[in-house]
Amino acid sequence: MHVSKLARPTPERLLRQVQAEENKQFGSKLKIFLGYAPAVGKSYRMLDEARRRLERGEDVVVAAVQGRQSEEVQAILSKLEVIPPKEGVNNQAIDLDAVLHRAPAVCVVDPLAARNPPKSRNEYRWQDVQELLRNGISVLSSVNLLHVEEYKGKVQEITGKNTTETIPKSFLLSADEIVIVDVPPDLCLWRQGEKLTATGISNLQERQLSELRELALLLTAEVVDAQLESYFDSHGIERLFETHERFLICITPHSNAAAMIKSGERNKERFQGELYAVYVCEPGRSKRDQVTIRKYFDAAEKAGAKTQVLENDDPITAILEFAREQRITQIFMGHSAHDTWRNRFFGDPVLRLIRAAEGIDVRVFPH
Amino acid sequence: MPTTPNTPRGSLKVYLGYAPGVGKTFQMLADGQAAVKRGVDVVLGYFEPHARPDTIAQAQELEIIPHRKIEYRGKIFQELDAEALLRRNATIVLVDELAHTNVPGSLHTKRWEDVQVLLDAGIEVWTTMNVQHLESLNDQIWQITGVRVRETVPDGIVRQAAEIVAVDLTPDALHNRLKRGAVYKPEMVEKALAGFFKGSNLGALRELTLRQAAHEVDLRQAFYDETRALQAPKISGVSGTTTPPKEHILVHLTAESTSAMLIRRGRRAADYLQADCTALFVSPTGDISRLSSEERSAVEEHLLFARSLQIATQVLQGSDVAKTIVEFARRNHVTQIFVAQPQHSFRDRLLGRNNVENIIRIAQDIQVTVVADRTQRPGA
Repeated sequence: MHVSKLARPTPERLLRQVQAEENKQFGSKLKIFLGYAPAVGKSYRMLDEARRRLERGEDVVVAAVQGRQSEEVQAILSKLEVIPPKEGVNNQAIDLDAVLHRAPAVCVVDPLAARNPPKSRNEYRWQDVQELLRNGISVLSSVNLLHVEEYKGKVQEITGKNTTETIPKSFLLSADEIVIVDVPPDLCLWRQGEKLTATGISNLQERQLSELRELALLLTAEVVDAQLESYFDSHGIERLFETHERFLICITPHSNAAAMIKSGERNKERFQGELYAVYVCEPGRSKRDQVTIRKYFDAAEKAGAKTQVLENDDPITAILEFAREQRITQIFMGHSAHDTWRNRFFGDPVLRLIRAAEGIDVRVFPH
Repeated sequence: MPTTPNTPRGSLKVYLGYAPGVGKTFQMLADGQAAVKRGVDVVLGYFEPHARPDTIAQAQELEIIPHRKIEYRGKIFQELDAEALLRRNATIVLVDELAHTNVPGSLHTKRWEDVQVLLDAGIEVWTTMNVQHLESLNDQIWQITGVRVRETVPDGIVRQAAEIVAVDLTPDALHNRLKRGAVYKPEMVEKALAGFFKGSNLGALRELTLRQAAHEVDLRQAFYDETRALQAPKISGVSGTTTPPKEHILVHLTAESTSAMLIRRGRRAADYLQADCTALFVSPTGDISRLSSEERSAVEEHLLFARSLQIATQVLQGSDVAKTIVEFARRNHVTQIFVAQPQHSFRDRLLGRNNVENIIRIAQDIQVTVVADRTQRPGA
C-alpha cells in the first residue's frame, strides 16, 4: 500500500469522518434511494430490498409508506410487518416510540422528506430517522430530487413544482449508502399515465425531466465521491487517481485573466468539474496591481471559482503546492509577457511549471 | 424481410453499470418483459448461458433466438446469430455484453459490430456494458484498478445510443452478492474481492459511471435542442444561453507511446466541449515511409487508433514540426492544441529540439494544452 503525506483535511471532511464514526458506534446504517421525479420506481426498489432482507433473516419493519401504491408495491407490503403511523390532520408521523420499543434491525421510512404534525417530538421526519439511527436501528428511505433543499429551486425552475418538505443536502452526504434509481424519462412519464414515446428524448416534457435526471446523477456522484474520500482518509491511503476535473486558473496582473476565467467557467460547466483561481502575492506589487487582482477575483468568483491568495517567493512552487493539495487536474496559465532568451532557457515560468507539473495538465493561454 | 435503403436506423439503448453483478442484464430483461406485456415484439438475441438464476428467471417469458455455435480449437463457442435475428425481424432485440469479442470464425470480430447490422436493418437494440469498457476511459481505468481493459467499445458506438440507463447498486450490496456466490463461482470470490472488486475500486468506478451517465444524458439534451432549433427556429429554447463559437482540438501525434493517451484525452475533451477533433503527424517527407520500421508501425497504429475514435487524421510535410503544426492550426481555426510532454534532456532543450516548448513559443495566439503522462501509476 502506498502511504504518503496527505493533503490537509478540510472541515467538511473532518465532519464527515466524525459522522461516519458515530454511525459505526451505533451499529446502524442509513440507506437512501434517490430519484429525479415521481414514478421512477424508488419505493419499489426500496421495499424490494426490505423484502429480500426479511427473507434473509433480518428483522425488518415498515414505519411509513407513500400514499399512492402500485400493485407491485402492495404485494411486497403484504409480506412486511407495518407499525401504523400516527395520523395528523394533513400528514402522518411515524410512531417513533412504538418503533423504538419494537427495536427492529431495519426500519423502512418512506418518504424521507416530510414535516411532522405540530407538537411532534421532531419537526422533520429526517430528525426522527436520526433518532432511529442513534438507537441502533438501520433505516431504508427514499427521496425525490425536488425535496433536497439545495435543489428545490432548480427543480422548480424546470418543472414549476414547489414543496415545503425538504431535507438538507448534508443529510444525504452523511448517509452510509445512496442508490440512484435511474429510468429513462419516457418510461417515467408512461408510469405516470402518459402515452409511451420512442426511445430517447422526443418531447419538451421528456427534455425537462432529462435535466432533473442529470442533476440527480451528478448529486449521487458527489455523494459517492465523498464516501470514497472518507474511505481513503480512514485507511490512510493517498488517492492516486481523479474521477472528475478540477481546473486552476493562475491569475497575474498582466495575464489575459478574462479569457482564462471565461474558458474556466465553460470547462467547469461542460466537464461537471470544479474551478479554482489563485494569485501568488509577491512583495512590492503596486497599488494598481492589487486593484486589478481584486477585479479578476470578483469575476472568477462570479464564474463559480473558489479563490485564494498564496504567499510565496516562488510562484511556481506555490501554485504546484496548492494544485497538489486540491488535487487539480489542469492548470490554466497565461503566456509569459517577457520573452527573453534568459527566460526561455532558464526561467520562463510557463515552461518551468510544465516541467514540474507531474501528473497535471497545463494549458497555456494567449495574451 | 428485406430492408429498403429508406429504413430508418433502429434505436440503441445501453444499460450502463460499473462492475459485473450490479444488475444490468436483470434490468434489461425486466424492461424487456414489461415491453412484451405492453404488446411489443421483443426477442432475446444473446445472453450468457451461464447467467445467474434470478437473471434466467427474468428471461422466461422472452423468446430466445438460438445462438450461433462455432467450433474453435476443439471447443464449441456460442455467439449472437445476426443472420437469424435479421430473419426474425423483431421490433426490439436484447443483446447482453456489448463489449464482447467474438470467437475467431464469427461473422464479425466484435459484438458491437453485430449490433450495427441489426440497427442498420431498422431493429431497435437494447444492450448492456460496464463503464470500464469505454475506450476513452482506458487510461483512467488503469490508474484506478491497475487493469488494462482489452475489450473496449469505441465511444462513437455508445454515442449513437438514443438512451443510456445507469444501473446502480451500492458496493456493499455488490460485495454481499459476491459473498453469497450470486456473481461468480465460490472458488473465484476471494480473488475477486481482493482484486477488481476491492472497495476503493468499486467506489471510483461507480462514480465514473454516474458521471458518464450524466454526461451522456446532457449530450442528448443538446442533440434534442439542436434538432428542435432546426425544425422550429423561432421557438425559444429551454436554456436560452448563447452558444460560444465551436471549439476545434488538434492532437499532435508522434511515435511515442504517450500518443495513445493523448488521443483518448483529446477524444474526451472534444466530447465534453462538443468540439471538432483532428490528429496530426508531421514528417519531413510528408509521409511515414522514411521512418524506421519501429517508428512507422507506432505512428500507423496511432493514426488508426485516432480514426477508430472518429478523429480525423492528417500527415503533413514539414521540416520544422512546431511551425508546421501551428500553421495548420491557424489555417483550420484550431482553438486548442493537445501535446504530450516529451521526455527530453536538458541538451535537447538547449538545441531547441523540444517541440512542445517550440509550439508554445510560436503559438502565441492559440491555447496549448500540455497533457500530463497518466500512464504511470505512482506507487502501484
